[in-house]
Amino acid sequence: MAEKRKINFERVEMPKQVPFIRKRNFNEVALGYTSEDAIKEASRCLDCKKPFCVEGCPVEIDIPGLIRAIAAGDFALAIKTLKEKNCLPAVCGRVCPQEEQCESKCVLGKKGSPVAIGRLERFAADWEASKGSIQAPCIMKKTGKRVAVIGSGPAGVTVAGDLTLLGHDVTIYEALHKPGGVLTYGIPEFRLPAKVVSREIENLQKMGVKLVCNFVVGKTYPLQKILEEFDAVFVGTGAGLPWFMKIPGENLNGVYSANEYLTRVNLMRGFEYPRTYTPVIRHKRVAVVGGGNVAMDCARTALRLGAEKVAIVYRRSENELPAREEEYVNAVEEGVNFHFLTLPEKLFGNDEGWLNKIECARMKLGEPDASGRRRPIRIDNSEFIMKMDACIIAIGNSPNPIIPQTTPDLKVSKWGTIEVDEETLMTSVDRVWAGGDIVTGAATVILAMGAGRKAARSMHEYLSSQ
Amino acid sequence: MFKIVERSPLVPNLHLLVVEAPEVVESIQPGQFVIIHAGEGSERIPLSAADWDREKGTLSIVFMEVGTSTSKLAQMKAGDELNTVVGPLGIPIDTMKYGTVVCIGGCFGMGSIFPVVRALKESGNEIITMLEGRSENLLYWEDKLAVFSDKIIRLTRDGSCGYKGHIKKGTEILHEMNIKPDRVIANGCTTLSYLAVKEYEHYNVPVIVTLNTIMIDGTGMCGVCRCTVDGEMKFACVDGPSFDGRFVDWEELAARRKQYISEEAFLVHHSGCGGI
Ligand SMILES: Cc1cc2nc3c(=O)[nH]c(=O)nc-3n(C[C@H](O)[C@H](O)[C@H](O)COP(=O)(O)OP(=O)(O)OC[C@H]3O[C@@H](n4cnc5c(N)ncnc54)[C@H](O)[C@@H]3O)c2cc1C
Ligand SMILES: Cc1cc2nc3c(=O)[nH]c(=O)nc-3n(C[C@H](O)[C@H](O)[C@H](O)COP(=O)(O)OP(=O)(O)OC[C@H]3O[C@@H](n4cnc5c(N)ncnc54)[C@H](O)[C@@H]3O)c2cc1C
Ligand code: SF4
Ligand code: SF4
Ligand code: FES
Repeated sequence: MAEKRKINFERVEMPKQVPFIRKRNFNEVALGYTSEDAIKEASRCLDCKKPFCVEGCPVEIDIPGLIRAIAAGDFALAIKTLKEKNCLPAVCGRVCPQEEQCESKCVLGKKGSPVAIGRLERFAADWEASKGSIQAPCIMKKTGKRVAVIGSGPAGVTVAGDLTLLGHDVTIYEALHKPGGVLTYGIPEFRLPAKVVSREIENLQKMGVKLVCNFVVGKTYPLQKILEEFDAVFVGTGAGLPWFMKIPGENLNGVYSANEYLTRVNLMRGFEYPRTYTPVIRHKRVAVVGGGNVAMDCARTALRLGAEKVAIVYRRSENELPAREEEYVNAVEEGVNFHFLTLPEKLFGNDEGWLNKIECARMKLGEPDASGRRRPIRIDNSEFIMKMDACIIAIGNSPNPIIPQTTPDLKVSKWGTIEVDEETLMTSVDRVWAGGDIVTGAATVILAMGAGRKAARSMHEYLSSQ
Repeated sequence: MFKIVERSPLVPNLHLLVVEAPEVVESIQPGQFVIIHAGEGSERIPLSAADWDREKGTLSIVFMEVGTSTSKLAQMKAGDELNTVVGPLGIPIDTMKYGTVVCIGGCFGMGSIFPVVRALKESGNEIITMLEGRSENLLYWEDKLAVFSDKIIRLTRDGSCGYKGHIKKGTEILHEMNIKPDRVIANGCTTLSYLAVKEYEHYNVPVIVTLNTIMIDGTGMCGVCRCTVDGEMKFACVDGPSFDGRFVDWEELAARRKQYISEEAFLVHHSGCGGI
């Protein structure tokens, strides 16, 4: 390690919109590094001989190479290095849980703050976009092999990108009218602007990926029919049916699944209503049930739609909160209330069927359960009432069932996830691979991309051997 | 993009839309629906298949002009293009041989019941088709339906043609003719479906209705289409949209259907189904 150099343990902060302004608009919260910021932050990197950071990245970006280029002010080289391994750098730089991935392994993290790898990645991607011209990577000789990718979320997009670079002819089928999966319909504008996602998808299209929207594989055509037309198929269909709590009153008006709430606002641009047609009700008092990124997104969206009071109701304590630290802090700064160790048990409505109050019970933490987290236990006679006119349920989804239901030989687990070979991501159906949330259950963008990379490698091996 | 081949008024407030969607009609079955999205800024709305031509690759839909998205659709014309026609979605209606089947269509349901009538007839059922409307000038497609029906009964509330009366009158006529249905299928607004269930319940046979819940994706992702059937939460877009109406929680359905009433520019001039 570079012993002689003075080590700087403090990272360069990234400017953000101030809370009292940003909580009422849908513009991006974090504003990104300037060139000076980026060079300064990049200069902290020790350029380790054995860079542990790389081990933390599921798509194995050459992180020291990227950072070296930024530190030297050669941003073109930086983006080139990045793109060798990541086809969605502007997305990952924004929403990757870096603190648990690459940055958690950075040696600087032992004594101070790790290098802000995600922010640097975002910087490089945004720098390229701001130049207006995006360099198309070079594509290998056409192989004549045809690949279908089902679902245009991060897993599908990665497979499409990787296989196109290797010379295969790729078509993506997407059920919705816009591509991007959760990146488009779920994660809100203020965290990941729609134009960032569409820019990355347009790049793929420029590389030659064909995109067919409004096509539900399993409904429009069965998977078997797709298989007749293509040499190999990747299934990356992500999450499906939202879970509800199975408590009384969940079908009252004013009760939403997180997916409905976010889809109305993001995919259907409800936040621009009435300029757009999909209506969004601007509730005044909103409870959000759950503690993950999805719950934070719903709560912060409700604030931006004008809610006076937004409360996150989570049955465990602050320590178990699964959301990214950064998003939790943002939510607190914006004035979201947190009710920890609280479990909603009944929803009540008025005569017209609209939610007006929620009965909750208090919880305490018991012994750790199978997941290693301490199990919440209900405290008897602790019920209390919250007056709320909306309740958004953000406790997760089961995997998308359409393809398993319509593909007789496709093996699924008892949770409905598609079963695959761990090494190759091959499913039980010949020539069909799968990855992302449909295999793992709800996970992260970068894990879905990592799966896409792994599947693409195995698919390429198969296609080359044919 | 999906090209509109025809968009013409059928009767006041109801329109016929024929659109090119070759992949959608390839495997479409009676009782299935599509989601249409006219373009950026529009809602995604569910509409039932009323007919199709696999050779030409066209899909016919009958829609009622009720709110923002349907009036936008009503302003479009042949040659225009729709952003999205996705499907076929939902589970097809069973059209096996049951014996005598009463098929009831009201407002847009006179159109969407057509493929059901045709398939049931092809399975060898005796079909009694009832058309329900406020007045004679609101009935349509009688000639099309007649081809596959053993009997057509017209019900108008003002008595301008056929029998004077509503759903209940239909059961009285059946009684007079000494006909006992083995199955009842009703298509139309929520009120019509609900009344069909109430009036036909005493026959103790399934009364299959199509639930007009609010929808967004139509693939089981958002949960807005949820309803309670036989005490269980169902998602109309993937578990339905057709259910045995005898087990549907109608009060909840009606309340959920009205969720956005105050948000919508409510341009309705009701065509008389009184409906939600
Ligand atoms: C609100 C929210 C916030 C999140 N925040 C973060 C975050 O900050 N950081 C992070 O790393 N992760 C986050 N995640 C998780 C992350 O978005 C997912 O893990 C990731 O998107 C999964 O990618 P995927 O490609 O497997 O599937 P998805 O992104 O779910 O995409 C699947 C796509 O397939 C399409 N599809 C489904 N069925 C069919 C079919 N039959 N035919 C054709 N198309 C079909 C769907 O319409 C969809 O577009 C968040 C998730 C949500 C919901
Ligand atoms: C599976 C399924 C199949 C359907 N098939 C058809 C079809 O074949 N033809 C068709 O016309 N409609 C059909 N519908 C209903 C159709 O989706 C709605 O009429 C449409 O979404 C209304 O959109 P809008 O934006 O024009 O009205 P909105 O602006 O959303 O609604 C305006 C108001 O009108 C009321 N309204 C909505 N629908 C009706 C109605 N049918 N009658 C009276 N009032 C209503 C609502 O309560 C709403 O508040 C179907 C619905 C489902 C779920
Ligand atoms: S893709 Fe994610 S995990 Fe990999 S280096 Fe970038 S921020 Fe880190
Ligand atoms: S980012 Fe951290 S671990 Fe990686 S090379 Fe730089 S200092 Fe080393
Ligand atoms: S319409 Fe979204 S789940 Fe049914």
